[in-house]
Amino acid sequence: MTNQKSFVEIRHAQKSFGTVEVLKDISLSVERGQIVGIIGSSGSGKSTLLRAINDLDPLSDGEVWLDGVQVNQKLPHRQYEKHINQMRQQVGMVFQHFNLFPHMTARENVTMAPLMLKGITKDEADKLAEEQLDHVGMLERIDYYPSQLSGGQKQRVAIARALAMKPKLMLFDEATSALDPELVEEVNQVMRKLAKEQMTMIIVTHEMDFAASVCDRVLFMDQGVVVEEGPPDVLFKNPSQARTREFLRKHLEGSK
Amino acid sequence: MGLDFSIIPKYFDIILLGCAWTIGITLAAAILSFFGGILFAVIALYAPWIIRQPFRLIAWVFMGTPLLLQLFLIYFGLVQIGIDLPAFVAGIIGLGLHFAVYNSELIQTAILSVDKGQMEAARTLGLSRPEALRKVVIPQAVRAVIPPIGNNMIALLKDSALVSVIGVSELTLSAQRVIGKTYRPFEFYLLAAAFYYVINLAMEWVQRRIERRISISR
Repeated sequence: MTNQKSFVEIRHAQKSFGTVEVLKDISLSVERGQIVGIIGSSGSGKSTLLRAINDLDPLSDGEVWLDGVQVNQKLPHRQYEKHINQMRQQVGMVFQHFNLFPHMTARENVTMAPLMLKGITKDEADKLAEEQLDHVGMLERIDYYPSQLSGGQKQRVAIARALAMKPKLMLFDEATSALDPELVEEVNQVMRKLAKEQMTMIIVTHEMDFAASVCDRVLFMDQGVVVEEGPPDVLFKNPSQARTREFLRKHLEGSK
Repeated sequence: MGLDFSIIPKYFDIILLGCAWTIGITLAAAILSFFGGILFAVIALYAPWIIRQPFRLIAWVFMGTPLLLQLFLIYFGLVQIGIDLPAFVAGIIGLGLHFAVYNSELIQTAILSVDKGQMEAARTLGLSRPEALRKVVIPQAVRAVIPPIGNNMIALLKDSALVSVIGVSELTLSAQRVIGKTYRPFEFYLLAAAFYYVINLAMEWVQRRIERRISISR
């Protein structure tokens, strides 16, 4: 194997929960600025793969590399904690259920981690919050609590919170799955904006149209393996694998 | 010999001083029990075995034995090993630790019921586990248990009368002393009761204000 590594590189990822093997020898590389979509039915392992990238669900075996540094290094506990916190600061993550901090305003949600970890001043934090919330169109709600926001607004604040750490990579774990249909678009718009700004993104999604329109590459996962991957035109319009065709057919029926 | 409340003004300052002691001791013990409760909860949930086990024994002593005995132990017992505390300090420590253990039980349950996604989101941003607990999980847990902790604090106020047995001239003991002079138990015990009632109302008012302030963020 050469030393030349992609921006994000997953090598022979394997993961078991007890006796159930949820990831079976998956390898994946993502270049800087690329947007990769992962689709598949629930239980296919797509979220587990995403969560392995920042070690939220540690792999049983295999390696994850980000920008030339191995994320899941074998280190003594204390050193590992330090290392992983460092790595996670470079990877933004957006969750299906937003996971905003309910006891903090939008502003505090965005600035809490930079204030704690980056040693910025209160003034810089305020500027950062305004910048980031403006970026996702939430500036006018800067001092609202999450309970006072709609689902779409919450998710936009959650994206701003992740972006405030100036990550190199953004992970989206079904960011719009918990939203009412009419709120999906406002979140998708923010993600499209990030795509335009060349943010590297890995997106686990159920929305085929969105994946087709923003992703450079789409992976179809089933039962812990990547069945097929390719540009969205090919994967969605002309898949080579029977399992992919089956999934897309069912999904289309489901959405009608 | 009927009731005669006209005697009260003459001894009112003594009762008032006792009242001040009761408020002071209750307040100090309440603060100790609140932060102690958080600390105990964190120890019970996250400390290594070697710290957790002795701590469980101490927690059992404070939950499983009478508060009166604990006060005797702290005030009279500790002297034997060279720790001679002023009575009111012994009282604050006894009341504070006793209710810290009760608060800790509440806070532990609340910490465990904070949504797992909260810890995940904080860790994803790069916070360490202790940082995430301090900034994200514990503040939410504490907010969730403000009402039951408020109940504990009312109980603490009432139990503060027990420190009279180690000689702190708080409200109950002050009333007793005045009664010793005047032989007017009904009047002065009623007066003391009225004072407890007023302090109680004030505490409930404070609790409601805290609850209202945090309700918006939930």
